[in-house]
Amino acid sequence: MKNQLLPLLSGEVLDENVELSLADLCQACRLSAEQVFELVEEGIVEPVGQGAARWRFQGVSVRRVHCAVQLRRDLGVNWAGAALALDLLDELHRLRDRLRRFEG
Amino acid sequence: MEFKDYYQIMGVKRDATQDEIKRAYRKLARKYHPDVSKEPDAELHFKEVGEAYEVLKDPEKRAAYDQLGANWRAGQDFRPPPEWDQGFEFHGGGFTGADASQFSDFFESLFGRGFAGGGRPRPQFHARGEDAHAKVLIDLDDAYHGASRTLTLKATELGPDGRPRVKERVLNVRIPKGVRQGQHIRLAGQGDPGIGQGKPGDLYLEIEFRSHPFYHAEGRDVFVDLPVAPWEAALGATVKAPTPAGPVDLKVPPGSVGGRKLRLQGRGIPGNPAGDLYVVLKVALPPADSAAAKAVYQEMERTLKFNPRAHLGV
Repeated sequence: MKNQLLPLLSGEVLDENVELSLADLCQACRLSAEQVFELVEEGIVEPVGQGAARWRFQGVSVRRVHCAVQLRRDLGVNWAGAALALDLLDELHRLRDRLRRFEG
Repeated sequence: MEFKDYYQIMGVKRDATQDEIKRAYRKLARKYHPDVSKEPDAELHFKEVGEAYEVLKDPEKRAAYDQLGANWRAGQDFRPPPEWDQGFEFHGGGFTGADASQFSDFFESLFGRGFAGGGRPRPQFHARGEDAHAKVLIDLDDAYHGASRTLTLKATELGPDGRPRVKERVLNVRIPKGVRQGQHIRLAGQGDPGIGQGKPGDLYLEIEFRSHPFYHAEGRDVFVDLPVAPWEAALGATVKAPTPAGPVDLKVPPGSVGGRKLRLQGRGIPGNPAGDLYVVLKVALPPADSAAAKAVYQEMERTLKFNPRAHLGV
């Protein structure tokens, strides 16, 4: 098998056990610190820790920021609109998971 | 190459105003946005709409496209007429935010040269590669035990002529134990290659569970419906219950009713903390398919004086 020769790559699951600094998040999402400040202001991502230098973001923040950036770029919404869409999408996914259980 | 009818894709008339085109785009973008849409092939539609808008929102490109004539039909075999774009000048940088590497051959053949900067080599140009995104379909079992998956990704890279081209890459990726539906795995440096000395982008894999005939995951918890006989529910019993990690003995408490949830702590998706497994009781009725079975039901009717609709007041 050809595939057996490929190296097995291990990634990082972006869950609540992963913590990112402001610099990590900026790097992963290709945003400036100023842009991340705006996202924090809107509550799109919620770091823990006092002061930007000590901020810690959960791994799931990467997905939220990516999604917010795409929604803003593609749909012309502002950060507040993207924040609303993200919260509604989270709820939608929860409900779809639940619905699958009852439709299954 | 197939002709693309950008007006048809956007659902607007050929004489639509720029405002109408923008409104149509916004509406379709919301409908097909990959982060929002549940439509089948949403991503495909979204790219198509993005490409159509890229042309129609720009008066110069739109005029050039219109010049091809209104007689073309979508899907028709198309070759650009020679010198078709004479008198038009496509300014670079028209690609506001759109990912031009995703556009069709049809688009490339018409507007490609403006984008590629006339094919001039740009030796001093460096940029980090694009991040790549892909979905990985796994079984619930893989989340319990871990697995590996072989993925084929289409990456865009710059060819020697300075134009983007698509190259396929095959990756073998470890799916760690304990992943959940909708989670992302980041593989640093496994995205598209960088340009010049730029570093490659990252690869993001979104986990999606294949649907299972009887298990359903919600976050880290897993649910399974377990049929029980009426006497098992009423009198209590120890019954076998399936779990993704193997069958277990489950105590059904006496007086259980259909819909009762029994929690098996820590038997959901593994992790820190592990999820729980919820067994939902479904009372199954034995068929009254023999004289003896009918007699038992008749005996129940006489003895139990049971009105299942009492709480409805009837």
